[in-house]
Amino acid sequence: MCLAVPGRVVEIAERDGARMAVVDFSGVVKDVCLEYLPDLKVGEYAIVHVGFALQRLDEESARKTLALFEELGLLQEEFGDPWEVER
Amino acid sequence: MKYLAEFQNPELARGLLDDIRAAVTRPWALMEVCGGQTHTIIRQGIDQLLPDGVELIHGPGCPVCVTPLEVIDKALAIAARPGVIFCSFGDMLRVPGTDRDLFRVRSEGGDVRVVYSPLDALRIATENPDREVVFFGIGFETTAPPNAMAVHQARKRGIRNFSMLVSHVRVPPAIDAVMGSPDCRVQGFLAAGHVCSVMGTSEYPELAARHRVPIVVTGFEPLDILEGIRRVVRQLERGEHTVDNAYPRAVRPEGNPAARAMLADVFEVTDRAWRGIGTIPLSGWRLSPRYREHDAEHRFDVVDIATREPAACRSGEVLQGLLKPNQCEAFGTDCTPRSPLGATMVSSEGACAAYYLYRRLGTPTTPLEASSVV
Ligand code: SF4
Repeated sequence: MCLAVPGRVVEIAERDGARMAVVDFSGVVKDVCLEYLPDLKVGEYAIVHVGFALQRLDEESARKTLALFEELGLLQEEFGDPWEVER
Repeated sequence: MKYLAEFQNPELARGLLDDIRAAVTRPWALMEVCGGQTHTIIRQGIDQLLPDGVELIHGPGCPVCVTPLEVIDKALAIAARPGVIFCSFGDMLRVPGTDRDLFRVRSEGGDVRVVYSPLDALRIATENPDREVVFFGIGFETTAPPNAMAVHQARKRGIRNFSMLVSHVRVPPAIDAVMGSPDCRVQGFLAAGHVCSVMGTSEYPELAARHRVPIVVTGFEPLDILEGIRRVVRQLERGEHTVDNAYPRAVRPEGNPAARAMLADVFEVTDRAWRGIGTIPLSGWRLSPRYREHDAEHRFDVVDIATREPAACRSGEVLQGLLKPNQCEAFGTDCTPRSPLGATMVSSEGACAAYYLYRRLGTPTTPLEASSVV
């Protein structure tokens, strides 16, 4: 839960009165709230924590971090289903 | 034992280690505050690669570990109620309460759901207007703004069946408490990078000056941590004690102003009990009175709950950096991630879990020279 993962904004839309984005984390796609980084644009990277973009990140460091997380299996830990993991 | 070759960039790692080794003239004890950093350190064997005398002490920065037993028991009581949908981040499921955990409540028929984001819990509330949806709001300054937004949205959109059980904690008062302890050996801090992404660095200069302790904002990837250590050691050797930012790609001095404004609106600072440690003044947040309608503690009567910690668990000492996990008698025997006695063995960021996962089963090994293991 404490992990914050860099992701790339694919699409932006207003939903339920909040600025929301579709964000790609190395193939895993999630809905992310942009209310705390309202000027983030499609194609840019940000650090995302529990469904919220919290800080902009340059593409190079974002890619490096994502590659590392993938290698260490942390993406599965962050986005996997805990009921499944338990079994 | 891990090897330098396992670093993403072994050359850079070797350079940083050489710098640290060249700078060190006497022993230093540094605390990494964040549990994510603890995991990187143990997984990559950074503590064993450092030169003799440079010791890393693991700090209390795991929100799952420090959530007070009383709050866990309140969560369990609320989750067991008929009509309630209890939503939580996945890593709270196995945290032991006095006599059960959320997994148990679910197997006994409670509607416990794992969500990735607090906004998922809000959505569940809109989809189930005849049910009470309660979200377990824990975490440090990184998690608090997302949770604050969910409460804010609930009020704005009139979602009345949504409430939050709030137990948020703040890092700076914890650093203050660690430094104030008579047994404290910590001489420098690696501050938690993502906490500072939100809060910025303005809370630290006063702490650094008052305790005469260097505080270096540090990321949680292996090279980030080596860089943080290098900068703390350099300050210590020069007799300096300032705030330095070794994670500028994600941390600006002002943090995230929009997130900070939302925190100030939704929460108010309060004293908070830390599991295993005790109450630290002004170290947490609770919902401000304006949001009382969405406060699960007010909505559900869970005030008088009797709690009991297992006597064998020494997680309080582990969280304060006074004991290494493998020095606990129960470590790896009576206490494992499958049947944990304390929260520090459950959480993926907990120090006991890190030691168990990465096979630090014996007594702590003496740090080895990097050159001898590469
Ligand atoms: S090893 Fe288990 S019993 Fe010992 S301090 Fe850690 S969580 Fe507690």
